[in-house]
Amino acid sequence: MKQLFVLDDKKRTSPIKVLLNVLLVCILLVAVFWLSLSAINVTFDFSFLGNFQVRIWQGFLMTVFLSLASLILSLIVGVLSAVGQNSKILFFRYLCNIYVGFIRGTPLIMQIYLFFYIVGTAWGIENRFIAGVIILSVFEGAYIAEIIRGSLLSIDDSQLEAAKAVGFTKMQTTRYVILPQLVARTLPALTGQFASIIKDSSLLSMIAVIELTQTMREISATTFKLFECYLFLGILYLCLTLPISFISKRLEGAFNYEN
Amino acid sequence: MKIEFYGLVKQFDDDRVILKSIDFCDDIHTLAIIGPSGGGKSTLLRIIGGLILPTAGEIYVDGEKVSADENELQKYRKNIGYVFQQGGLFRHMTAIENITVPLIKVHGYSKEQAEERAGELLGRFGLLEEGHKRPAALSGGQQQRVAIARAIAAKPKMLLLDEPTSALDPEYTTEVLDIIHELKQQGIDFIIVTHEMGFARHACDKVAFLCDGQLMEYGESSRLFNQPETEQFRTFLGKLLEWNV
Repeated sequence: MKQLFVLDDKKRTSPIKVLLNVLLVCILLVAVFWLSLSAINVTFDFSFLGNFQVRIWQGFLMTVFLSLASLILSLIVGVLSAVGQNSKILFFRYLCNIYVGFIRGTPLIMQIYLFFYIVGTAWGIENRFIAGVIILSVFEGAYIAEIIRGSLLSIDDSQLEAAKAVGFTKMQTTRYVILPQLVARTLPALTGQFASIIKDSSLLSMIAVIELTQTMREISATTFKLFECYLFLGILYLCLTLPISFISKRLEGAFNYEN
Repeated sequence: MKIEFYGLVKQFDDDRVILKSIDFCDDIHTLAIIGPSGGGKSTLLRIIGGLILPTAGEIYVDGEKVSADENELQKYRKNIGYVFQQGGLFRHMTAIENITVPLIKVHGYSKEQAEERAGELLGRFGLLEEGHKRPAALSGGQQQRVAIARAIAAKPKMLLLDEPTSALDPEYTTEVLDIIHELKQQGIDFIIVTHEMGFARHACDKVAFLCDGQLMEYGESSRLFNQPETEQFRTFLGKLLEWNV
């Protein structure tokens, strides 16, 4: 009996065991949720969502595009800042340090207001999609810079010396030694960061970018179905983030050459 | 191979003087550099290998001056095989790739030629089964054998070995030393920094005793071990023998 509930390090967990225990967790969650709902007398009715199919789909796509565009731009920003932080030119070094420190030390929502209403207005960035992508990329870029900087630091000097010893040029060392090791170390974390970008993009609803969260807010404002809207919103985000987390875990295994 | 140093000095950034003006000139085939830890052995080998630059002094290999220019040095390093104490293999590459990638990218081999050469060396060193494993999946002894295979793959003028066995368990030490000894019989010139006195004495023609940044003694290995001249060398040998069986 006990065997059904306890992890055995030596054996692979059987599917029945997994299913049983996952089921138990679900029952608990549903029970807690159900009790809370009945305590405040709420009943659910999701049928209205069908009427908003097109808008929800558009919002969903907007979130996907926003996140993809931000992923690409933030990668560029992140790589440049990581290189800048290691630069011998003090101006770039301090610029990148201050940038990373400021972004990581302040909340995204404050940055959104600051950039959109001050910088955005001053420079005439009217398009909310473009403004959103820039804001999000500047934010996520600082985190990506830290991921890359950490991996760069973790590349062993012995690997660089070996590269020298076999006769690689600086370019070849970068191409055949530093880059592959860097990619192996950063890819899992970068994939995880992509999940963060998707979630963080929801805050762009504050400047009325019509992405998924903003769409659901508008729908809930007209239908007064607050709970249903936000529950469904959560499920949609999970549809995006769960597969990414799964991929991130798999990459970690695939690129782990250390053991 | 003729090696010459004149007034070789190495001082690190923190003002530690590792090598205090070393002069040397001889034709060598197999040389063991021995001496107490911190005496400058590895630093000297790194300078000979063109991995670091001396603070002062000049080196000539076969009459040619070793340049301080990075581009020249990179060409110079192509002709030298280097084996590190440990961790010298590229961790993200398999044993075969560790050998073939430098052959292809640095020495201009075709993929087929490089693979043939890698297979030949791995076979000779008893590593055919291990070719597709990454370093982390190999034992310390296997890693060092792959490292030696990589170092000699492009038929370098000279092989430099920096304490190739000191990170190994005793049972692996022999298998690595056997291979190096085999290389000697094939006529490959090498310089080895080692703590294996038996190997230095019996497998190397010449021995250099480096202590405190100075070349204290140098000569035929048979003579040096039988008639140590300096107090430092006698003390060093005495310490090594203290716990001998």
